[in-house]
Amino acid sequence: MTIESLPIQVQAARVSLRGKRSMGRSVALHATLTVASLIAVFPVFWVLVTSFKPDARAVAPTIRLFDESSLANYRDVLSGQQGDFLAWVLNSVEIALLTTLIAVFLSATTGYAVSRFRFPGSRKLLLSFLIAQMFPFAVLIVPLFNVLLSLGLQGTGIGLVLVYCTTSVPFCTYMLKGYFDTIPTDIDESGRVDGLSPFGVFWRLVLPLARPGLAVTAFYAFLTAWGEVAFASAFLSASDESKTLAVGLQVFVQQNRVEWGHLAAASILVSIPAVAVFYLVQRFLVTGLAAGAVKG
Amino acid sequence: MRRSIERHWYAYAMVAPVVVVLAVLVLYPLAQGVWFTLTDINESTIANPVLDRPATYSFVGLRNYLNVLSGDPSFGSFWSTLLRTIIWTGSCVVLTYGVGLGLALLLNRPMRARALYRVLLILPWAVPVFISAFAWKFMFNSQFGVINQVLGAFGLGQPVWLGQTDLALVAVVIVNVWVGVPFMMLALLGGLQSIPADLYEAAEVDGATPWQRFRDITLPGLRSVSSTVVLLGIIWTFNMFPVIYLVTGPAANPNTRILVTYAFERFFSGASRDYAVASTYGVLILSVLLVFAAFYRRALRRQEAFA
Repeated sequence: MTIESLPIQVQAARVSLRGKRSMGRSVALHATLTVASLIAVFPVFWVLVTSFKPDARAVAPTIRLFDESSLANYRDVLSGQQGDFLAWVLNSVEIALLTTLIAVFLSATTGYAVSRFRFPGSRKLLLSFLIAQMFPFAVLIVPLFNVLLSLGLQGTGIGLVLVYCTTSVPFCTYMLKGYFDTIPTDIDESGRVDGLSPFGVFWRLVLPLARPGLAVTAFYAFLTAWGEVAFASAFLSASDESKTLAVGLQVFVQQNRVEWGHLAAASILVSIPAVAVFYLVQRFLVTGLAAGAVKG
Repeated sequence: MRRSIERHWYAYAMVAPVVVVLAVLVLYPLAQGVWFTLTDINESTIANPVLDRPATYSFVGLRNYLNVLSGDPSFGSFWSTLLRTIIWTGSCVVLTYGVGLGLALLLNRPMRARALYRVLLILPWAVPVFISAFAWKFMFNSQFGVINQVLGAFGLGQPVWLGQTDLALVAVVIVNVWVGVPFMMLALLGGLQSIPADLYEAAEVDGATPWQRFRDITLPGLRSVSSTVVLLGIIWTFNMFPVIYLVTGPAANPNTRILVTYAFERFFSGASRDYAVASTYGVLILSVLLVFAAFYRRALRRQEAFA
């Protein structure tokens, strides 16, 4: 990525000016970052270790990395012994993908319009997106429940997709607006001179250039929907096959006993797609986020 | 003139879908939510098309607000819950910003394994929040949790982290900081990379110390990113529900109760689902945040005028 490598070259120049870091400072730097990385990774690592232990050994009062470890938890979870895990996965995938598609499409067109055209009301629109971030779900949860009831969408995935769009679209628009601002308007103008319509300019010239920003937006929308708890707990019907993962996994955490081994195995299975999506877009993250936050 | 009308037409066409979606799913429910706070709506009085039951709730004036604002414990002790929410938000945002800025500064220099550190450090963001919450709940367990086992091994005692004490609040703050640092770090890292390097070179030529360079170049250069991410951080943390609900739940712990979790308690887990009180809390949360954001923006503008 040219955008990413540029600052690195600049920094290399800066360091050569300052001269080499001393040995002691270098050790301190790496030690700090190593400790921070360990703290960041440890909880996930610990869930992974626990996921191979039987429920009884997961809560043993002495720590061991391996304790009667096997793949039994994974087999139980995938075979649906602990609730219809595969149905939860399908529901979550369906809801998260639909939310991502709708949110990215809507926020891209809006973000572009707000970034490029000074039309009456554009500033107010942007401000309202910021204010929409402040809405606690508590103020919307009852009326939304009411709206979904009257539309006959209560307890369905489509209802949840609509609800998730209300939270992700404003934020995504905000970020994408900032990203579009960094793309020179000369590109639009030369496109217009070459005979493209404004939609053509947007679709063929600007969108391809905005891929890093779109990646961040898609990632944000996907993860919001994939991990949302409150609306999913409240709106989905109690039947096992309509749950999303975030709701379904609470089955393992009952008041009196928690099946930690099974919960850990299910958690690892849930994290894999999220982490995979994450590593696909993470190289775009710094540039996309910076553009959105700096210019927003 | 015609050109400008044409431009606006395209702009409106592109904005229209979002405006429609927001109007139907945010503005209309918001108006209805505000109306609900003036009624006695609950599970038995809401209209239910499935059961073919019409709405039977009625207007009660400001009764809900009076009940909540009186600070009555049976309505969630509003004032002490608000105070706890402010302590929770303040400590989370300060710690997240501090750690995020520190890590961003460390990462923003050439070194070996820089990409590896970056990937490892943003892992907490990639993991869904509900998974992180379960992981920490497991690690904080007082008997078999790995944190207490390590503390015990060093002879530091084995506190009950998630019991009915203020230690539970400390625990959820730790979890929330762990969850929130990667976003701050990445946003600030992007901000650092947008500061022109010749500023630092000029400062170095002029003999500025590292601290002076940090104070006079880095911090002002980060101001626009910082003001955005701090505002977002405050709003998100104020409304942060899943971390508290999943780490200290499912039974509500009064020591970690913040405004949002109490609203959810009233909506979802009360004996009779009291939608009116839940909505009242929602409107109050929104008002607090709006007032805060107005002051925040004004303070920022004043600061810019002085700078």
